[in-house]
Amino acid sequence: MIQRSGLLSRLDSPRVLGYLLITPAAIILLGLLAYPLLLGVWLSLTSATLGKTGEFVGLQNYATILADPIFRGAAGFSVMYTVCAEIGKLVLGLALALLLNQRFRGYRASRALMLLPWVAPTVLSALAWLWLLDPQFSALSWLLIRLHLIHSNIDFLGHPWSARFSLIVVNIWRGLPYFAIGYLAGLQSISKDLYEAAAIDGAGGWQAFRRITWPLLLPITTILVAFSAIFTLTDFQLIQTITHGGPTDATQVFTTLAYQRAITGGQLGEGAAIAISPIVFMVVLAVIVVRSVRDR
Amino acid sequence: MTHPDRRRFLELSAAGIGAGAMAGGLPLLASAADASPFKPEKDAKLELLRWTGFVKADDAIWAENTKKFTAATGVPVNIQSLSWPDVTPKAALAAQVGSGPDIVMGWNDDPFVYPDKLVDMSDLVDHMGKVHGGWYDNARSYCYDTDVKHWVALPVGCTGNAINYRVSWAKEAGFNEFPKDLDGMLKLARGMKKNGHPTGFALGHAVGDSNSWTHWILWAFGGKQANPDNSIAINSAETNNALDYAKQLYETMIAGVSGWLDPSNNQAYLAGQIGMTMNGISIWYVAKTDFPAIFPDCANAIPPYGPVKVHTVSNNFTSAYVFKYTKYPNAAKEYLRFMLDQAQAGPWVTGMLGYVTPALKGYASLPIWTSNPNITPYRDVLAGAKYDGYNGRPGKAAAQALDEFVLVDMFADVCVNNMAPKDAMRKAETRLSTIYKRA
Repeated sequence: MIQRSGLLSRLDSPRVLGYLLITPAAIILLGLLAYPLLLGVWLSLTSATLGKTGEFVGLQNYATILADPIFRGAAGFSVMYTVCAEIGKLVLGLALALLLNQRFRGYRASRALMLLPWVAPTVLSALAWLWLLDPQFSALSWLLIRLHLIHSNIDFLGHPWSARFSLIVVNIWRGLPYFAIGYLAGLQSISKDLYEAAAIDGAGGWQAFRRITWPLLLPITTILVAFSAIFTLTDFQLIQTITHGGPTDATQVFTTLAYQRAITGGQLGEGAAIAISPIVFMVVLAVIVVRSVRDR
Repeated sequence: MTHPDRRRFLELSAAGIGAGAMAGGLPLLASAADASPFKPEKDAKLELLRWTGFVKADDAIWAENTKKFTAATGVPVNIQSLSWPDVTPKAALAAQVGSGPDIVMGWNDDPFVYPDKLVDMSDLVDHMGKVHGGWYDNARSYCYDTDVKHWVALPVGCTGNAINYRVSWAKEAGFNEFPKDLDGMLKLARGMKKNGHPTGFALGHAVGDSNSWTHWILWAFGGKQANPDNSIAINSAETNNALDYAKQLYETMIAGVSGWLDPSNNQAYLAGQIGMTMNGISIWYVAKTDFPAIFPDCANAIPPYGPVKVHTVSNNFTSAYVFKYTKYPNAAKEYLRFMLDQAQAGPWVTGMLGYVTPALKGYASLPIWTSNPNITPYRDVLAGAKYDGYNGRPGKAAAQALDEFVLVDMFADVCVNNMAPKDAMRKAETRLSTIYKRA
């Protein structure tokens, strides 16, 4: 019997080999994900400005932004934007998935078309929406006037609440396909036998949905909501393109405010603190979602 | 489509500059090409980042002049053009990482955000000033950094602002010429609105258009952001009066201005939806080239004076700065010297119909300025012009206040959100105090 070398014999251990095999992936993840995040955290603890490393200032930047009404407004709108958009996307996405789960003429084409808002470059669709929401040239206003539903153009972006509501609608429009395609995949994985058995037992459509469809879609709902909420909470392009955070900072969110402070204003430390702060919300969100599913 | 612009450039160069020069109209614009103190480094090559997108002839002529520079010096120059709001963040990232374009043609107070990353341009500024009749005061306000105590950028000029209005609608409102004072302008605006032709001044987060008219109104009433020692001075009776006036003017505006971004007023004006706005000459240029039906009715006027009775217009100032990481600082300086020298800058300004008003006083004698009365108002935009953060020290704090739309939001709070002027002033004062303290 050939005597194996020490190194080779160690590789026989699944534990050693396992760590060895994940090392390249871990290096990539640490370099591409952890390093920027940790750098952001570090910057948020310094007085760094553009081109200057600054000094360690502890939590001073966080104290500054917490005392800043614009940051508090941005945090509030970020949460509202995320919650409202997620509810909208979830409800409408599920409805769309239920519709597209039916077989009808052209259902394949409909499924493909549904993806357009998701696959179109965000800036491009934001520009299209900017045009649709324009106070003077809005096609939506034009249509509603032609239908005699309104008499003059709607000022979608000129007032704080109408601007916030408009941005939420645009976000729902963009993210809807993500939910719809996810739910569609979930729906197609549910065995038809369950519905047939429920029908034999006299269950109606609503009961079948409540007792079979929804419970079985919960796992995928968790994933869809968790990922989508992260994308929504860190949304930048839509808001920067459509309102630049205006009017009067009413539509500032974490990302646009961080960009304004750090990049155009040069206050890297403060901007980093603003950019890092949504992590608190994300952790809270993740815990809520995971717990709600686990409890079920 | 660059050919028509090139043709236009050649026509104007020949007709305007040539005729002007032959007539002895350019006494201050002696070419200094032979006496350049800047010798490009061996094998130098340059990358320029600059704004674009307003006037087609600008890009075309700038590129033509750059080719001439390369032919004369052997230094290739790669021009990277970006939409103007994108230049600031791109340059900021270059400053942060220490790599990127050698030269940036940026905006307003940008150089003050990272002055210690920039090459000292004092020698070039001094040279150009001597050759071309000296600099307007705004040049120093935007390019001389009081912290590092030298010129951190070469002043190029400004895309000046004037009032753009429809002549027939003004006549319909009883005004045969544009009023010279703000009271008269308000009467005209009310008359236009009554006749179904509202005015339109941006109040959203439009970097150029919202800042320009709100600063103008503030200064016209004697309001100021800060004192010379950088103490905050926004909460004053003068600012209160400016806000009162703006509120009255807002009542003459078309609905939706509070959501306007920079293109919005141009679109509304050119579509005939508003009868008055404030903009660079690009709006008139586009009317001339693309909207022949309304062009004869479009006119430009010097912004009326307020109670302080002096010129208070706010302009978008553009300057060129060179990063210290460049290997070719002399080539960069020579390029900028060449591009702002009479043989190049004259045709450039002329071809753009005065879209950029040079910060060098000598260029005020270019024939283009008097070739049409609608161009003349843009000749004088830098004479006596004020600067962001007036009357405080130009620098980081003023730059950040501008970036955060503090004054624009103060006006929008009063006009759109119905906030009392004293509350809006206090809010702005608090924001400015924070900004000035952290800067």
